[in-house]
Amino acid sequence: MPERTPSQTVGPYLRIGLTQGAVGARELFSPEVAAAGVPGTRIRIEGRVIDGEGQPLIDALVETWQADAEGRYAHPADRRAPASNSFRGFGRCATDAEGRFHFLTIKPGPVPGPGASSQAPHINVGVLARGMLKGLFTRIYFPGDPAHGADPILATVPAERRATLIAKAAGAGIFTFDIRLQGVEETVFFEA
Amino acid sequence: MQGDVYSRAGTAADPPSLHPAYRSSSLRAPLRPPIVIPQTLSEITGPHYGHGDVGPEEADLTRQHSGEPLGERIVVHGRVLDEAGRPVPDTLIEIWQCNAAGRYRHEVDQHAAPLDPNFTGAGRVATDGEGRYRFTTIKPGAYPWRNHPNAWRPAHIHLSLFGPSFLTRLVTQMYFPGDPLFAFDPIFNSVPDPKARQRMVCHFDLSATEPEWALAYAFDIVLRGPAATPLDRDHA
Repeated sequence: MPERTPSQTVGPYLRIGLTQGAVGARELFSPEVAAAGVPGTRIRIEGRVIDGEGQPLIDALVETWQADAEGRYAHPADRRAPASNSFRGFGRCATDAEGRFHFLTIKPGPVPGPGASSQAPHINVGVLARGMLKGLFTRIYFPGDPAHGADPILATVPAERRATLIAKAAGAGIFTFDIRLQGVEETVFFEA
Repeated sequence: MQGDVYSRAGTAADPPSLHPAYRSSSLRAPLRPPIVIPQTLSEITGPHYGHGDVGPEEADLTRQHSGEPLGERIVVHGRVLDEAGRPVPDTLIEIWQCNAAGRYRHEVDQHAAPLDPNFTGAGRVATDGEGRYRFTTIKPGAYPWRNHPNAWRPAHIHLSLFGPSFLTRLVTQMYFPGDPLFAFDPIFNSVPDPKARQRMVCHFDLSATEPEWALAYAFDIVLRGPAATPLDRDHA
């Protein structure tokens, strides 16, 4: 059987290949995850990726994957039929000169978990950057959700670190979520 | 873990997050181990990008400008497979690289080598029904970087793939056979297993060469595959 090809860093020049609008080709990916007309509560998520010295990364790429407002993924492994499939659920944003990223999307619904469990609404996040030999995975949960208590993934996280996974409300429909790569508030990263 | 859809051993070939010889990993590698979680619907699903998203012209990096880029024209082809040897059809590959002189078209790259007005260094291609892909480009040059004194990257092409789920996402670099810089490159050598490193090196493929036009290299890309079933384990 063939063996897996190892991961390597995206390096400092990822914009050439991964945000094609920057070099003139048609932009396939964007931070606008949900176009107007996609059902659901519209939200904006903004944040920074921060290194071990507290400096924001200006050359990182953040990717998001999420379910629709009813908790359904646009993917064949989700056997529930999607309502409308204009929603693909994937976003990509390179950090800017101040190290900021943002996504315009809808709030996902709860998603089935292992067994009979239910996962609280969350957005799956991938982070790629120079200095990262492999991608990092985390999740954005939403503040004040009573469903966190029964979430099977949050249950795997020590209580004192869970706050790193929960976005902060910053106005109507706006949430902030910083990704800290190191330090006392190091974001929880997952391996599945 | 019970209920796994994807092999966990499938990431064993990856480099560690922290590899001190690669200097910029020191402030960017998480210092706590990742928390191991079950593979839920959130992990085993993922975005689908494929044929519907790219045009055939995007697979030729040598025809994006009014003139021909300088350098050695090459064809890169191969298959995208999973660890069970099954082809991964209709999946997007994103490609980026420096030019033949070792210079990226990027404001951060200040290497004193010429930009090529006829070369951007970005392309995209989707695999066919049997997982095959093929693109045409210019062989990239080696270039210096500031990781350590007299540091040079071996020639490489960056490749980004999605595969069928968020767990199969892979960003890697394809290297060229026999590069004398391998022994000195902390990024190549961040992969601890020497055999796994060789899986990032393409092979010269005379049979795919286009006579009077372009040399060819073959490179199969293997993504995380299925978890072993109980039956497989019984026979292991």
